Amino acid sequence: MAHITALPVAVPFVVAALLIATGPVLPRVLQDGLGIVTAAAVAAMCVLLAFHTAHQPYAYWLGGWTPRHGVAIGISLSVDPLGAGMAAFAAVMVLAALTYALRYFDAVEGLFHGLMLMFLAAMAGFCLTGDLFNLIVFFELMSTVAYALTAYRIEERAPIQGAINFAITNSVAGYAMFIGLAMLYARTGALNMAQIGAALDGHPADSLVVVAMSLLFVGFLTKAAMVPLHFWLADAHAVAPTPVCVLFSGVMVELGVYAVARLYWVVFAGPLGPHADALRAILIAAGVITALLGAWMCFVQRHLKRLLAFSTISHVGLFVCAVALLGAKGIAGATVWIVAHGFTKGALFMCMGILLHRFATVDEYDLHGKGRDLPFVGLLVVVGALLLAALPPFTAFAGKSLVESASTEAGYGWLIALFVIVSGATGGAVLRIAGRVFMGWGPAEGPDPSQTRAAEERVDETRDTRDHTPLTMMVVPAVMLTAAALVLFIPGALEGVQRAAARFTDHAAYVKWVLGGAHVSWRAVELSHIEPLDVLYGLVAIAVAIGAAALGLFGRPLRESLPRRVREPTRAALRSLRHLHSGEIGDYIAWWTAGASVLGAVCLLALT
Amino acid sequence: MSFLPYVVAAWLFFIGLYGVVSSTNLIRTVLSLTIVQSSTYLVLLGVGYRNGGKAPIVADIPTSSKLVDPIVQVLVLTDVVIEATVTALLLALVVQAHKRFGSVRPADLRALRD
Amino acid sequence: MSRRARLAMFALAGPGLAVVILIGMHGMPAFGHYHGVYGLLINKIEVPERHATDLVTALNFDIRAFDTLGEEFILFASVAGVALLLRKLRDEREATRSRGIEDHSFAGASAGLQLASLYLIPLLIALGCYVVIHGALTPGGGFQGGIVLAAGPLAILLAGRYFAMKRLAPERMLEASEALGAAGYVLMGFAGLIITGVYLKNFLPLGTPAMLLSAGMIPINSIVVGLEVTGAFLVTWTEFLDQELIVQRGEDT
Repeated sequence: MAHITALPVAVPFVVAALLIATGPVLPRVLQDGLGIVTAAAVAAMCVLLAFHTAHQPYAYWLGGWTPRHGVAIGISLSVDPLGAGMAAFAAVMVLAALTYALRYFDAVEGLFHGLMLMFLAAMAGFCLTGDLFNLIVFFELMSTVAYALTAYRIEERAPIQGAINFAITNSVAGYAMFIGLAMLYARTGALNMAQIGAALDGHPADSLVVVAMSLLFVGFLTKAAMVPLHFWLADAHAVAPTPVCVLFSGVMVELGVYAVARLYWVVFAGPLGPHADALRAILIAAGVITALLGAWMCFVQRHLKRLLAFSTISHVGLFVCAVALLGAKGIAGATVWIVAHGFTKGALFMCMGILLHRFATVDEYDLHGKGRDLPFVGLLVVVGALLLAALPPFTAFAGKSLVESASTEAGYGWLIALFVIVSGATGGAVLRIAGRVFMGWGPAEGPDPSQTRAAEERVDETRDTRDHTPLTMMVVPAVMLTAAALVLFIPGALEGVQRAAARFTDHAAYVKWVLGGAHVSWRAVELSHIEPLDVLYGLVAIAVAIGAAALGLFGRPLRESLPRRVREPTRAALRSLRHLHSGEIGDYIAWWTAGASVLGAVCLLALT
Repeated sequence: MSFLPYVVAAWLFFIGLYGVVSSTNLIRTVLSLTIVQSSTYLVLLGVGYRNGGKAPIVADIPTSSKLVDPIVQVLVLTDVVIEATVTALLLALVVQAHKRFGSVRPADLRALRD
Repeated sequence: MSRRARLAMFALAGPGLAVVILIGMHGMPAFGHYHGVYGLLINKIEVPERHATDLVTALNFDIRAFDTLGEEFILFASVAGVALLLRKLRDEREATRSRGIEDHSFAGASAGLQLASLYLIPLLIALGCYVVIHGALTPGGGFQGGIVLAAGPLAILLAGRYFAMKRLAPERMLEASEALGAAGYVLMGFAGLIITGVYLKNFLPLGTPAMLLSAGMIPINSIVVGLEVTGAFLVTWTEFLDQELIVQRGEDT
């Protein structure tokens, strides 16, 4: 069984090389087929690994280099159920994206499929690896493929600019991580995460450890698009082809959060244990700002893909809050919520892709009423909006409840209000889209004539004629929404995730099973159940969503009737916030530096 | 003296970022990124140096001689490859930007204002 | 944001970040005082266990071979990306014989330069092959040697003969070499998996240190990576040069 451990990474690599090498001669059918089969195989292998390691995680030492006297020599794939589960999730998302692109996407010469498979290999390696440098290498591979895929439509101007902004911002993040790694290596002489953790244990956190942690976190949180490191995400999502956006919002961004959690629990939990409260406060502050800013920017967008991108940013803020609670329940809730969000957001992007395919635009006001011929898609968007708002009793709701109960236990009960408002607001924005596009409700003209409309997009992304939507394009999002809703109800799923999270957060055990290969006996886990109060919160979130959508559709007279003292400052504030998202790389890096320096300084002050 | 490589690395990181923030030409932005990356090489190699250590090639010196750390050299090798690849991609993007926007000034890229 | 606002913000944030990094660096061991357990252990055990006299290459292609796999595919992905980004569009065409590209078109391209590059080409190719093959023994290896090898055909460009360069290193051959390198490395790992049960384990006989055929799969990996790097860089350079010298706007005739 353990023999297949390296295969989820190796197999997509070799198939990708094959696809790119034979690109000009291989028929499209074979390219699609190979891509889909590979993604499915990787998903199956990762699911097997997740089940196999549910009771006994293990470290697979590549090249046969096992540790000697506690010193790791080779690179390990430290497989535990949460890591393998994230890898499986990534593989399923790639499978969905490739299936969606079957009848729709004009793939260039095998390059698209090859790049997608390399993306999959990188994500699988990222989730499974136990070596810090290896983690950074796979991060860079994910990023490189992402830059290339973002600029896919080179005939247009916006994708080029979006890709440049994406590439420069994420590269700088990578460099920060290298410096953090170098500092940890200098202190501990180790690259294996378990060994670094073991070496740092027992010593208090000094400035080197704190700065290294800040640099590594800044790097991964840039990928996760925390404010103010987030500017690249809206640009990249607005311009990347739809199947690629599905992956970006659904998995890639969330992997940044996963890395932060993994690094904390394996490497930094020892020295920073005494300061956990301060670290919690810092990360929650960052998460709250991200969630609120993301939700506000989301609600005022008329470019549908940018709207979904900002909703991803706000959800990532919520996920970071969940992880920042520094507890097993928060991790469990975050995991469930991330999976539900990924499927839902992916399905929503696919629906936007259907609109793009039919009407060559993703501007909300230009699409006013045009969706009346697509009632099924409208239904999908409504369901997606409700799932995004964490409709009880489905999966996102379960994740959200776990996180809410973890917040209360950690003394951060007020976060519940944040979760309710943000999930409601972002769900409401999507409901508003459904109303305006598919029902023709609300005004057909935008309120702010100076706001840039989404540019008329050329149809080069698609290959079929536009008057008929291929079946795969509608079936895949429907399946994904079903999965988003019902994954929770797989027998044993919720208990399994909670158990996996409890083991994920067991710092001492990790070192033992990676370096020592020991069989670890686990403490019994007390499982959480959904409380009636959670259902109440969930229903409030849905009410907020419906109210927000109604406000967005029919609220213009209300807004106009507000006194000028209220209206003008909010409008000015919104305009300056939007102005900050200027598309200019110099601005973005200035903000990145500001964010990195503030995080570093605050951590130094609070944690040493 | 014993911290000079790290001070230089911090300086390079800073000045490279300044280059990216203030640049009026995309090619200069890309090259400033290269400077930021050089700071990472300095830090990594600086960590691995041993006083009196020789290069980790034991073809003609006894295997038990004092050698510098070979690990960081491998890390820097990977780092260099990453830099080369990202620079290539970015420059390809700059070429296309020139074709689409007619300019390589960041301020002239105006397709993504909110 | 206006340029002034941006620079003002950076004037605070930049030095702030530099200071944070420097404070962190304060805890680093002094330069030259190295005590890392990992490096010291590798120095001790590598030659007895793998018979490779170049420790860096041994690390690259055996002990930390998985990193090299990722790194190789970063290169592969970037070349795929460059090919994707610089692909010929519907409204562009390639000049098949371009006036000025041949026959010393650029400044300084003289007969002396042509002669010099003629001598350079075999030298570079020979040196490149040497560095790649002796990766396990002397400084060098697949990556380093691959670049030198790639510089060989590039020297033809120096002589002002771009089309001759494309004839020596045709695109199809380069792409094949690149894919062979990338896939070959993964397959070496599979061979290790099949023969020894662990992915990327060294499964070939180790031989005597400092002999050409030693260190098991390390020289093979080195050659495979050399193939990939050569192909990758030549493809990248060709794509850029095509954009500059050959691709023109205009309808397909």
